[in-house]
Amino acid sequence: MDERFGLALVGQSAIQKIFPNHWSFLLGELALYSFVVLVGTGIYLSLFFNANTGETTYAGSYQPLQGVRMSNAYASALDISFETKAGLLTRQVHHWAALIFIGAIVVHLARVFFTGAFRRPRELNWVVGITLFLLAIVNGFAGYSLLDDQLSGTGLRIGYSVLISIPVVGTWLASLIFGGEFPGTDIIPRLFVAHVLIVPLLIMVLIAIHLAILVKHKHAHFPGAGATDNNVVGERLWPTYTFKAAGLFFLVFAVEVALGGFAQVNPIWLYGPFAPQNVSSASQPDWYMGWLEGALRLMPPWETRIAGFTIPNPFWAGVVPPGVLFGLLYAWPWIEARFTKDHAEHHVLDRPRDRPVRTALGVGVLTMASVLGFAGSDDVLAVAFNLSINGLVWTFRVLLFVGPLITGAIAYKVCLELQRRDGPLVDPVLVAQASSNGEGGGGSPGKVPPSPEPAEPVPADP
Amino acid sequence: MAEGSVPPPRRQRGERFPAALLALAVLAAIGFAVTYLVTSNNTQLMGLFASLGLLAIGAGMIVWAKRYMTPPHPEVEPRGRLASTEDEVEAFTADFEVGEFEMERRGLLTKLLGAAIAATGLAALVPFLSLGPKPGESFKKTKWTNGKYVVNEQNERVHTNQVGTNAVLTVFPENEVGNALSQALLIGLRPNELQVVPGRETWTPDNVAGFSKVCTHAGCPVGLYQAQLGYLICPCHQSTFNVYNACEPIFGPAATPLPQLPMAVDTEGYLLSTGDFSDPPGPGFWDQDRPG
Repeated sequence: MDERFGLALVGQSAIQKIFPNHWSFLLGELALYSFVVLVGTGIYLSLFFNANTGETTYAGSYQPLQGVRMSNAYASALDISFETKAGLLTRQVHHWAALIFIGAIVVHLARVFFTGAFRRPRELNWVVGITLFLLAIVNGFAGYSLLDDQLSGTGLRIGYSVLISIPVVGTWLASLIFGGEFPGTDIIPRLFVAHVLIVPLLIMVLIAIHLAILVKHKHAHFPGAGATDNNVVGERLWPTYTFKAAGLFFLVFAVEVALGGFAQVNPIWLYGPFAPQNVSSASQPDWYMGWLEGALRLMPPWETRIAGFTIPNPFWAGVVPPGVLFGLLYAWPWIEARFTKDHAEHHVLDRPRDRPVRTALGVGVLTMASVLGFAGSDDVLAVAFNLSINGLVWTFRVLLFVGPLITGAIAYKVCLELQRRDGPLVDPVLVAQASSNGEGGGGSPGKVPPSPEPAEPVPADP
Repeated sequence: MAEGSVPPPRRQRGERFPAALLALAVLAAIGFAVTYLVTSNNTQLMGLFASLGLLAIGAGMIVWAKRYMTPPHPEVEPRGRLASTEDEVEAFTADFEVGEFEMERRGLLTKLLGAAIAATGLAALVPFLSLGPKPGESFKKTKWTNGKYVVNEQNERVHTNQVGTNAVLTVFPENEVGNALSQALLIGLRPNELQVVPGRETWTPDNVAGFSKVCTHAGCPVGLYQAQLGYLICPCHQSTFNVYNACEPIFGPAATPLPQLPMAVDTEGYLLSTGDFSDPPGPGFWDQDRPG
């Protein structure tokens, strides 16, 4: 093989690659490994699922629904849960893996944000990452909307209403996507194609680009232990990092299988088949849709009517907030560089305490999203704690704007306090280097926090 | 942590734990397969064996890496430069300009090529109109017309005496059961409980009022009726409508009232509609108030 492709040379440079060692660099891997689990379990499920809205009468082994008229899609989802051996296990592992996939993306995104890893030269990889986040949400929603149970139909109904609320093109978009009126018979098969082909393909391509850019840039690293903007300090790809990463994959898979085996998720047989005139109270979307649901609930009853044209309420709550959030996320590397006037290349990460303004902003945005997420469960909270729904809505409306100010201010103060406790911020390694060769250690900023461990002599790369 | 200097006997002992983990993984894999084959469909037991096996492989690999593969010191590799040198940029530019010059020299061909590709790309989008019909009347009009009988979910005609005081009933136009936008809710009221909107005096025969069941906010069925207050509540986003005041919204995100269904009774007392809802039902959209 080597004679044909010259693999030894390529292979050697690949396996010598150095990966910095820090727990927070594993968060993106959690997402990647969950995606692998999703593809594996998804292929198994796709062999049994029937994305068809034609009607059938249920005759499976789940007693309460026997004889009920339902779509083939819902019936096949029930069959996966009750007749197919290992079907329920696979379905639940798939659902849990999706919940963890998007959760890991959010935490990874937060790590990249708070440590400034999106700065030059990594701006475009940040953009790829935000797009992956968006696609993951879309595919999660498409996935649980496929099953044509009462809960998924309710989610689609709300999605349809948000779509038609978009000025000028809304009704066109809804009509094209759903093949006409809600619910129609086209949306389930179309969601299926999107969920198992179009979106996963896009995700795979973008993951490949995300990782290719990572390899090209080499991983950023935290200050300390001799890390500079000109080197990478860590462990070799082969064998250390490979074994640890593969081990982590199996651990992620193990946790998701354990959840799928023991923790019930999305018990569709309890919801019944979708009918447009039915709805169950306390309908709750998957967690990553909660902030959008919360925004819809908290929005005051405002609707704009000008010259006979309407901008309906769901546009302000369901389209504008995610539009603004993702717009800001996409533009953030350039927005920040504009304010800090820092256009230099960075490979040494910030510690969040050393960038108190950015940290406070991030904490504020996370607070806002969390308030919206809780607001999306206000009916459940009202019942659980015997509170007035009216009072809860008003509390959340106030918290939405006051909460981020409070948590942001606290985060800012904590950063300053941590900085103060760090004492004089000098990296002993850099000092040693500076005194020996009379320069500042490869262009890092002068103010560098101390190494977490006592400095040790770093051997040169053999 | 084992290092290169550790004598072999300790290393032998250190191998026992990861070896046990990997052996456990083999047993768990067998356990999973056997469970699948011999039990009817034991989700918990299959999950237990599968997760145990995966956990053991993962733990085994990580313990192995931690004990025998971790170098005593972190390794360092230079990043190298990302940007090309000026010479490289110049060489590339020179090569590229050979083609660019040809394109500039034949400007007409270049422009036409751009136009041809753009036109073909746009034309390729047109067939996507096959996905759905032009949005039109279906957003504003429902299946309720003059003389259409009101039926329940079993497609049985509804008599006014089937709707007792404070009772609610989900109804459809006859032979249109399940039609999402046409669904309506009948509510039995006491005499004079309803503040009648001018022009709708005859719409509530025998004190039975009909309103669209589709929330004007996000389209969920408005299914919860608080009879002692006359409030209709949407379970999705808690929009609340005051039935006594012609279903005007009083709480939550909904901004417009639920449209009312004009009804009459036939000679035997069965309910029928005398026309479509008072307004387009369901959530709002851009040109909902424009004449169709």
